[in-house]
Amino acid sequence: MSVPLFFSSSDSNSGSEKEEESMSEGEMAKLMEEVEEKKKLISNIRNKPWRMKRRLTHLKEAQQFVDKFEGALGKGKGRKLYAYKVMMMKKWIKFQRDFENFKTACIPWERKIKEVESHFGSSVASYFIFLRWMYGMNLVLFGFTFGLVVIPEGYCKYSVLFYGYYNSQRTIGPLKYRLPLSYLMVGVGTFGYSLMVVIRTMAKNSDVGGGDGEDGEFTFAWKMFTSWDYLIGNAETADNKYASITTSFKESIVDEEENQKDENIHLRRFLRVLANVLIICSLGGSGYLIYFVVKRSQEFANMDDLGWYEKNEVEIIMSLLGLVCPPLFETIAELEDYHPRIALKWQLGRIFALFLGNLYTFLFALFDEVNAKLEEEESIKNASIWAMKEYYANFTANSNDTSATPPPINPADVIRGPCWETTVGIVSSYTPPPVHWSIAHHGNSHEFVKLTVSDIQVTYLTILIGDFLRAVIVRFLNYCWCWDLEAGFPSYGEFDISGNVLGLVFNQGMIWMGSFYAPGLVGINVLRLLSSMYYQCWAVMSCNVPHERVFKASKSNNFYMGLLLLILFLSLLPVVYTIMSLPPSFDCGPFSGKEKMFDVIMETIDLDLPAFMGTLFSYAANPGLIIPAVLLMILAIYYLNSVSEAYQNSNNELKKKMQMQRDEEKNRRNNTDSTNQVMKDLEDLLPNRSLAPPPAPDASS
Amino acid sequence: SLCCRLHGRYHELAPHLVPMDYTNEPDVKLPLALIVNMPELKENPFRNRIVESFSEDGEGNLSFNDFVDMFSVLSEMAPRELKAIYAFKIYDFNTDNFICKEDLEKTLNKLTREELTSEEVNLVCEKAIEEADLDGDSKLSFADFENMISRAPDFLSTFHLRI
Repeated sequence: MSVPLFFSSSDSNSGSEKEEESMSEGEMAKLMEEVEEKKKLISNIRNKPWRMKRRLTHLKEAQQFVDKFEGALGKGKGRKLYAYKVMMMKKWIKFQRDFENFKTACIPWERKIKEVESHFGSSVASYFIFLRWMYGMNLVLFGFTFGLVVIPEGYCKYSVLFYGYYNSQRTIGPLKYRLPLSYLMVGVGTFGYSLMVVIRTMAKNSDVGGGDGEDGEFTFAWKMFTSWDYLIGNAETADNKYASITTSFKESIVDEEENQKDENIHLRRFLRVLANVLIICSLGGSGYLIYFVVKRSQEFANMDDLGWYEKNEVEIIMSLLGLVCPPLFETIAELEDYHPRIALKWQLGRIFALFLGNLYTFLFALFDEVNAKLEEEESIKNASIWAMKEYYANFTANSNDTSATPPPINPADVIRGPCWETTVGIVSSYTPPPVHWSIAHHGNSHEFVKLTVSDIQVTYLTILIGDFLRAVIVRFLNYCWCWDLEAGFPSYGEFDISGNVLGLVFNQGMIWMGSFYAPGLVGINVLRLLSSMYYQCWAVMSCNVPHERVFKASKSNNFYMGLLLLILFLSLLPVVYTIMSLPPSFDCGPFSGKEKMFDVIMETIDLDLPAFMGTLFSYAANPGLIIPAVLLMILAIYYLNSVSEAYQNSNNELKKKMQMQRDEEKNRRNNTDSTNQVMKDLEDLLPNRSLAPPPAPDASS
Repeated sequence: SLCCRLHGRYHELAPHLVPMDYTNEPDVKLPLALIVNMPELKENPFRNRIVESFSEDGEGNLSFNDFVDMFSVLSEMAPRELKAIYAFKIYDFNTDNFICKEDLEKTLNKLTREELTSEEVNLVCEKAIEEADLDGDSKLSFADFENMISRAPDFLSTFHLRI
C-alpha cells in the first residue's frame, strides 16, 4: 500500500527551514489531509489483517510522519495553540481514565463482595450490595445530623444522644445559630434525603433491568466461550473465577430447567390457591393471638403478684411467632413450586406482612405509653407553676422589702418532668432482632435505643450460635457420629437471604422513626452496619454452604428498595404526626414551651425573614392554591405513566422483530438445501421453460 | 520495542537453546512444556490447546515466529475476525474443523473443573449447540461459531493476553 508523500523523506530535513516560508494555502491543506490520513491509519492499524512485521513497519512510518509534520501545521501562534490543544486533550483523556479507575477503587468491599458472589451466587451477593448501599446512606444522614445539630450544641456534660438534652434557646452562640429550627429541619431533611435516594436508586435500577441479557440470544454459548478471562495469572484469582463460572452455569441451568418444566396448569393453580389460603389463615391467626395477648397483659398490669410467665407473656408469644412462622411459610410454599427467585419474593412479602401485624401492636402500646406520660406531665406542669407561685409568695413575705423582685427562675428548672421524647428515643435505640422484632415491652421499657442495642447483640449471637457453632459441631463431631452429619442433618447452614434482608429493612425503619428523638442513633447505626458487613462476610465464607439451587438475583434490586420505601413511609407517619399535632414536652428539648413543634418554623418566618415572605407563605398555604397543585401533579403522573407504557410497548415490538429476524435467518440457512430442492422440482414450470411451444422459425418473416 | 521484549521472553524460556542473534533465522522450536509454564499461561485452563493451535506441527512446538504470532493474535491489536479463527481452533479439541458435543463437554469440564454433574453438562452442551447451530448438523462449523462469537459483548476483552 503506498501513500502519496507530499514531502519525500530524503529532502524533508534540509527543506524544513524553508517550509515555513514557502507553504501556501493549498499546500497547508494538503499537508493537513496527509496528517489526518496517517492518524487514521495509526488508529485503525490493529484492525488490518496483516502480519506483525508489516504492521509494525507501517506504524513506525506513519508515526514518524505525524510527529514531524503535526508541529509544522499552522504558523507562529496557530502552531503553538494547535500543539497545546493536542497535549491538553491527551492529558484530559488520561485524567478521565485515572479518575474512573480511582472511583472504582474507592468503592469499599468490592473484592470481598466479588468473592462471596463467586462462591455463593448473585442472590446472596445482592444482600451484601444492599447492606453496603444502606451503609452509605446512613453515613450521609449521620453527617447531616452531626454537623448541623450535635456540634453546634457543643456540651459534653450530658449524652448528646437524646432529644431531651438539647436546649430550647432560640439562638445560641455568637453566630446566632438557630438550634431548634435546625433540629426540626434536620429531622425533616433526613426523611427527605432518604426518600430521594431510595427513589433515585429505584429509577436507576429500572433502566438497567429489562430484556438485556435475561433472554439473551446465545446465553450458554457465550458463557462457554467468553467467560474465562485470559488475563488471569494469579492462582487465587483463578480459583475465584472457576467458582464463579460454575455458579453462573448453575444459575443458568436453574433458569433453563424452569422453562423446560412440563406442567399441569390446573393442578398448579389449585395448589397455589390452596397455599395462599393456608398462609392467610396463619397470618390472621397470629394477628388475633397478638391482640388477645396484649389485651390480657393490660389486664395483668392492674393486678399484683404475677408469675414470670404472665409478666413476659407478650414477648414470649411474639418471639415464638417470629421463630415458627417463617419456616412454616417456607414449607407451605413448597406446594407452589415457583422459580426460586419468585419464591424468595413471596417469602419476603409474607414475612413482611407478619411483622407488619406485630408492628401495629407495638405502635399502639407506644402511643398508650405516650398518652400516659402526657397526662403525667400536665399534672407536673401544674405542680411546678404552683411551686413557683409559692416561692415568690414566700420570698416577698420574707424579705420585708416590697421593691425587691425575686430572681427569675425558669419553670423548666423547677421540676424535671417526664420527658416523653427522650423515652421514645431510648426505645428506638433498642431494636430487637428480626426474629424478636416485635417484642413490645410495657411500662418504662419501651425504649428505642434499647431496641437497637439489643438487636445488635442478638443478631450477632444468632450468627455465632446458629451458624458458627453448628459448623464447628458438624465438622468435628462428624468423625465420631453414626450418620454423616455433613450430608444429612444438621449439615451446614445456608445463608438466610430473606431473614437478613428483612432484618436490615426493619432496622432502618426503626432508625428513621427514632432518629428524630435520638439524633445520635444514626451514628450507632453506622457503626452497626460497618461491623455487620465484616462479621457477616466472614460468617458466610466460613460457616455457610451455597444454596442447593443457586439462582440469579433479579437484575434490579428494586424489590428490596420497594420494601425500604414502604417502611420509610410507615416510619415517617408517626414522626409527622408528633411534629404536627402532639404538644412537645414542657420541660425538655429544643421545642419546650411551644404549642406544637411546628411553631418553630412559624416563628422563624415571622421574626427572621422579611415581611413579604410571611405573606407569601400564607398565600401558598391557601387551600385554593394547594388543591389545583395536587390535581396538576396527579395529571402529570398519569401522563408520564402512559408515556412510559408506550415506550414499553414499542420496546416489546422491537424485541419481537429482532427475534423474528433471527429465526428467519436460521431458517434460511437451515433450509437452503430443501428450498433448492423445491426450486429444482419447480424449475420445469418456470416461465423460461413454459409449456408453450417455441415460436416457429418462419413466424418472424 | 515490543519485538525485542518478545525475543527476550522467548530467550529466557530456554537460554541455551535460543540464540540472541536472529539474523540468520535459525530453526529453533521450543516444546509445549516450556511455553505452557509461562506466567501468562500458567493458570489458563486452555493453555495446552492455545499453544497447539499456534504451532505448525500441531504438537505445540513453537518457533519464534509462531510465538510472536500467538501473542499478537491474543493482543489488543488483533482484529476480531482473526481472533475468531484462532478461538475456533483452540476450542476444537479433536481438530476435525467442527466443534462437536465432545469438544463442548471437554471445554465445559475444563471451565468448571468438573464440578457439574453429567446431566448438567449434557444440558449445557445441548443448549449451546441449539443456540448456535445454524445448519442443523448438531455441531458447530466455523460459520456457526463466527456468527455467534461476533455478537458476544465480552469476547474481545476476555480473549486477550498481555505480555
